[in-house]
Amino acid sequence: MSAAGAGRGAPQLRSLMPWLVLAFLVWLVGYPLLVVAAEAFGIGSPGGGGPTTEAFRSFFTRPDEWNAMWRTLWISVLSTLAAAAIGVPLGFLFERNEIPGRRLLGALVALPVALPPLVGVIAFLFLYGESGLAARGLQSLGLDVSWRLTGAWAILLVHAYSMYVYFYLFTRAGLSGQDGAAIEAAQSLGASRSQILFRVTLPRLRPALAGATLLTFMTSLGSFSAPYIFGGGFRVMTTQIVASKLNGELRMAYVETTMLALLAFASLLLLRKIDPGLDLASGARGTPPARRRLHSRGARIGAAAGGWVLAGVLLLPHATLILMSLVPPNTWTVEAFPPVLGLVNYGDLLSSTERLRPALNSIWMAAAATLAAVVVGVMAARLSLRRGGLPGRALEAMMTLPWAIPGTVFALALAAAMSVNAPWVGRFVLVGTLWILPLAYLVRSLPLTGRSIFAGLRQLDPRLEEAAASLGAGSLRTVLQIVLPLLRPAVIAGAGLAFITMLGDFVTSIVLYTYDTRPISIEIQSSLRIQETGIAAAYGVLLMVLSAAAFIAWDDRAGGRL
Amino acid sequence: MTASGVSVRFDDVSKAFDDTVVLAGVSLTVEPGEIFALLGPSGSGKTTMLRLLAGFEQLDRGRLLIADEAVEHLPPARRGVGMLFQSYALFPHLSVAENVAFGLKVRSGTQGETEARVAEMLELVRLSGFEQRRIAELSGGQQQRVALARALAPRPRVLLLDEPLSNLDPALREETRADLRRTVKQTGITTVLVTHEQEEAFELGERIGLLNEGGLEQVGGPAELYRDPASRFVATFVGRCSVLAGVVKERHGGDELTVHLASQPEAPPWRCRGSGELAVDDRVDVCVRPEAVRLETGGGPGLPGEIEAERFTGSNSFYTVRLAAGPTVEVAMPGTAAGLSGACVVRQLAGELPSTFAAAAESGP
Repeated sequence: MSAAGAGRGAPQLRSLMPWLVLAFLVWLVGYPLLVVAAEAFGIGSPGGGGPTTEAFRSFFTRPDEWNAMWRTLWISVLSTLAAAAIGVPLGFLFERNEIPGRRLLGALVALPVALPPLVGVIAFLFLYGESGLAARGLQSLGLDVSWRLTGAWAILLVHAYSMYVYFYLFTRAGLSGQDGAAIEAAQSLGASRSQILFRVTLPRLRPALAGATLLTFMTSLGSFSAPYIFGGGFRVMTTQIVASKLNGELRMAYVETTMLALLAFASLLLLRKIDPGLDLASGARGTPPARRRLHSRGARIGAAAGGWVLAGVLLLPHATLILMSLVPPNTWTVEAFPPVLGLVNYGDLLSSTERLRPALNSIWMAAAATLAAVVVGVMAARLSLRRGGLPGRALEAMMTLPWAIPGTVFALALAAAMSVNAPWVGRFVLVGTLWILPLAYLVRSLPLTGRSIFAGLRQLDPRLEEAAASLGAGSLRTVLQIVLPLLRPAVIAGAGLAFITMLGDFVTSIVLYTYDTRPISIEIQSSLRIQETGIAAAYGVLLMVLSAAAFIAWDDRAGGRL
Repeated sequence: MTASGVSVRFDDVSKAFDDTVVLAGVSLTVEPGEIFALLGPSGSGKTTMLRLLAGFEQLDRGRLLIADEAVEHLPPARRGVGMLFQSYALFPHLSVAENVAFGLKVRSGTQGETEARVAEMLELVRLSGFEQRRIAELSGGQQQRVALARALAPRPRVLLLDEPLSNLDPALREETRADLRRTVKQTGITTVLVTHEQEEAFELGERIGLLNEGGLEQVGGPAELYRDPASRFVATFVGRCSVLAGVVKERHGGDELTVHLASQPEAPPWRCRGSGELAVDDRVDVCVRPEAVRLETGGGPGLPGEIEAERFTGSNSFYTVRLAAGPTVEVAMPGTAAGLSGACVVRQLAGELPSTFAAAAESGP
């Protein structure tokens, strides 16, 4: 036991670790954003030429560009309002009332959150599109209706449909965390029901609603699938950026990217300023008030019927997607309902390796990115929380930054930074290789794993690590035997969310994919383009099933913390 | 199973967090096999001393020696120090036996040795048969014992106890206290304990170090601290006492003084004790223990006052007496509640010499 000499591991390396991890994160997350901003000014671009503000000048003078910016803003505001208008009442309905089938319905209503945006969008297209199931159904009834699901209203509709879930979930979480005693206190003081709602319940729901607002607004700001499929000529910033890039107007694309990043940042700061106590956590725990029972039989049946109809409407697009995947190619022409159904598309998809390739690509790239994000997340969180100070805060900031920045921005930033071979300034040609998409997925996974790992680690008693150390365990043993087992729920929650998100990623992929690494979302888009709707739908269902499976496994493991 | 104890020495140890000095040049020797209690209010630096010894914090200046060997540069894992944490810090995902075995598996022993040691330790803390229980299934007292077994299992040279009883119900504390002392004494290990509760320090500690604002005020046995406090802080922190202002009237041999309680020169002077530095006419604070005085309602010599409140504890009645001069003094009257009230005089009990200290700059009421 007579121990002398230096401690285990070189102390120099140990004190360097936070800086090494920070350097990696800065290179991966912060640096590409700086490169894209610099290149927008013509600095450091391979084409040469001196610094110039020319591209910015044309951005501010071209009405197209201005419009895209303005549209992005108001679409986001309206999307948030619409999502709140649906989600908040639904949250109250399911949290405060005892209606038949409440648990199952309540879970079904939350389902769209688990599905990739692109799947939701094409499901909408198949159902409400101009030659969708709804239009054909009405026309077959002899009604002379026709519409085009395109432009701003279409985008808003899809946004409201997919984003109400944030408000729904946050409202439920906020309500379930409220202490029923406060309501009873208000009642005993003589407050009426509406007074209680406006003076007790809603003010205390404010952090939850603010959290949902932030999440919805930021998601909407970076939304790509809906504007891309339904926008037509109506361009928002994300679609404008991709269009500029495809047109070869690289510098303009970089200017637009920079502007969108600034817009996102400004929105984040503004929303936080409006509610400084903003946090995505749902607040203090208490015993929630008892659910209201519906006394009359009629009311119960009515509520149940209403609930099921609602769930039906909300799930109809996905049902349509499944239906469409069963329609063999070239068998559905003018009929209201597909005359032939079969598994031809699935057979097609599973029998050819070329068709199966995108699914395998998506799975391995999402898994690799998730795994890397967990490893980086655990390292960053431990170093950050132990070290504290400037490197600690910087580590956490780098982990959360990609959450605030639209995926399109990161895709462009990586495309700009990693298309030049200049190792001495940290730039490598990764665009066009196998590595660029997993790397981009990693960037976007970081905040998802990071958030829950940081939260999990904050809840862990630091004395546990000290206890392990005083019992003679080195830091590797402490991490493997104490920290990781205890962090498991947090790791699984974060990893599950990251995996599901990356599995269905479209926004990053469309900028960075190569033929060999094309993911499911890209295959859906190209199938749609060549009118192979059945194949596109089958891919959509595949994605839906994979996501749902991952979601269920995750929800199970994470202890049902939805 | 007794480890022959080793000594622990703090040698002029200083520690600051940012700009806050937590320990200012503390020196202390804990004897081999001794149970030493660090007592003090929160923020006095006692927990920092423990964490420095365990290696969770690094000292700024000074030396730390265990068995005369400098340890301040060793990582916690290599100091041979076992710690019982205030929150116990049991690993919630491991069973009772796995918790106790954790420190044994780190050292490469055979499986048989590990199992035998775990069994031995669980027997020591009277938890045999609890091997496979989850931590969450145990009561607070049982958790505390598992934590103790886990800390002792790897045969540390020194045992550290951080507020070992503060997480227990008051009813359970007294029983656990005796239990803890018995177990630790049985192993013969040198033990350093941190507590902010005087009663705990007195019952567990063979010697006590009283800390205040990063420095040791006094080190000694419980009786010494109580009867012969080295400072006004020690007198007021250890046990109950009322502080009365006075003026030294006369010095006698040794450390005896005659003191006039300032505001009442007409009352008889008191016999007190004070350091040789106190001179005649010095203003002093006299620390009066409740059991060193009596009150009489029938008049007579003493400090006149009025009974303000009575507190009956079973074996004593404590009276708060507002003296005519303003301050209050607490008086213990043995026996059942006498229900005294109204005017009274407070007089010194023969043979009890209150401790006296140079008056603080602002002498309070």
